Amino acid sequence: MDIGKDLVAASATPLVLAILSEGESYGYAILKRVDELSGGELQWTDGMLYPVLHRLERNGYVKASWGRSDTGRRRKYYRLTDRGSEELASQRLQWQVVNSTLRGTSFHPFQWVPGSV
Amino acid sequence: MLEERVAEWRAYVRRREAIHEAEADELEDHLRTQVAALRQAGLAEDEAFLIAVKRIGNLDALSQEFAREYSERLWKRLVVSPDPSEAGGGWNKEAGVAVALAIAAAVAFRLPEFFGVHIEGPDGLAPFYFRNFSLFVLPFLAGFFAWKRGLEGVDRFRLAAPFVVAVLVVNLLPFTPGGDTERLSALHLPIALWLAVGFAYAAGHWRDHAKRMNYVRFSGEWFIYYALIAFGGGVLMGSTVFMFQAIGMDVERFLGTWVIPSGVVGAVIVGAWLVEAKQSVIENMAPVLTMLFTPLFTLVLLTFLVAMAWTGSGIDVEREVLIGFDLLLVVVVGLILYAVSARDPQAEPGAFDALQLLLVICALLVDAFALWAIAARISDFGFTPNRVAALGENLILVVNLGWSAVLYARFVSKRTPFTPLERWQTAYLPVYAVWAWVVVVIFPLVFGFR
Repeated sequence: MDIGKDLVAASATPLVLAILSEGESYGYAILKRVDELSGGELQWTDGMLYPVLHRLERNGYVKASWGRSDTGRRRKYYRLTDRGSEELASQRLQWQVVNSTLRGTSFHPFQWVPGSV
Repeated sequence: MLEERVAEWRAYVRRREAIHEAEADELEDHLRTQVAALRQAGLAEDEAFLIAVKRIGNLDALSQEFAREYSERLWKRLVVSPDPSEAGGGWNKEAGVAVALAIAAAVAFRLPEFFGVHIEGPDGLAPFYFRNFSLFVLPFLAGFFAWKRGLEGVDRFRLAAPFVVAVLVVNLLPFTPGGDTERLSALHLPIALWLAVGFAYAAGHWRDHAKRMNYVRFSGEWFIYYALIAFGGGVLMGSTVFMFQAIGMDVERFLGTWVIPSGVVGAVIVGAWLVEAKQSVIENMAPVLTMLFTPLFTLVLLTFLVAMAWTGSGIDVEREVLIGFDLLLVVVVGLILYAVSARDPQAEPGAFDALQLLLVICALLVDAFALWAIAARISDFGFTPNRVAALGENLILVVNLGWSAVLYARFVSKRTPFTPLERWQTAYLPVYAVWAWVVVVIFPLVFGFR
């Protein structure tokens, strides 16, 4: 399915943060996970992930460190920071608002108690 | 075979200036992992390589994304081709436009002469030229950037507005000749209009923090180029006078009334063009000077504080000592600003950052002593326009440095990244603009033009 460029760009940040909240990862693995999660519907241009990762690092949402792959090659690993978790939560909320508005149901922030089922 | 191809591909990637070694490493790792996965799926080596390369995507688009992310890199590295998105075309055309505008500015500067208004007044520079000086030069500079960036439609009016307002305010308001408010307006107008030129530089996107920081970098480089051109020009004038004297001709008057004013005015445009043309070829000079002077200034301030504590003497408050401390704060803010402009935002906090924190704290302490001493005597001296302006500027700079100190402390203790510091400095730029306009327009009205 053809997903609009703007939507792909906008969803990149929360998706990457969400995947990193599952644990530390590196570029290629993140892409595979996106493919997995979307059932092949989301086709990201591989290279474009990296400027996104670097922007997230610059804003302090993720922290990068250099490690070794199993073949011994240098590989950059990323993990989520506390600020990143906060940003992820905020973005999830934003997407929920958009989603439920689109579905035609109304979203009452004052009725939603954080932590309740 | 694969190794050769990967090496080739990597060299191709590295040619893009926005992509550094580290990013190339990342992309190469990605490529190899992809190739390995495809080969496991049963593809031959060259097939796997081709598909993997295609999946990485269009390298031009990718390097543009990296360039957008790391725009500060383009300032230091060679950009071979001119940006095709800009309206101007090619090196030579830009040079032609710059020179033409410089000549136009020089001619405009001399034009009032034909209407009987002379540069030399009864004591030094005539009041008309003193007030309007920036209006002879900066509109042309703004025009240069408007042309270069291809400023369209409404933005052109937005750019012209401050200049029109300035012309009206400075020439129509009934200033007392030689009075304080006239002098304050004349001195603050260049600051207000310089930030208006920034609007053209940023192609109308004045809210973009990256573009603001680029304008800061441009301003620093321009100032250095201008100083160098002025120095070179001085040497040139001196040699000319000397040589012509040797053959019995006195050219001083001609130089003084025609050549030097044209040079002063034209160099503004030419300097700007040079900074733009050479921005990527020569290492930025402002940050280098900053690295040199930050430790020196910190040392001086520390010594001063120690000396004050040792001798126990307070600051002897004469009437206009506040201006000196304003200048001190301006220098410190400048050092911080240019250090921030050149710093790699992802580098870990280091010794130099701690040194800057120390510099800011020392400057704030010194200023606090000065303000405390002055506050005690302010009732004796009363509120003149000069004093209010000096006090206002002092407070503006103190706010900037105060919050910068907080952010630096957080950064050095690794609690926050570097970006908030950068953002604070660029977010603060409109404050200077607002203050400059307040002094130019509102001060005369409030203080009754005295």
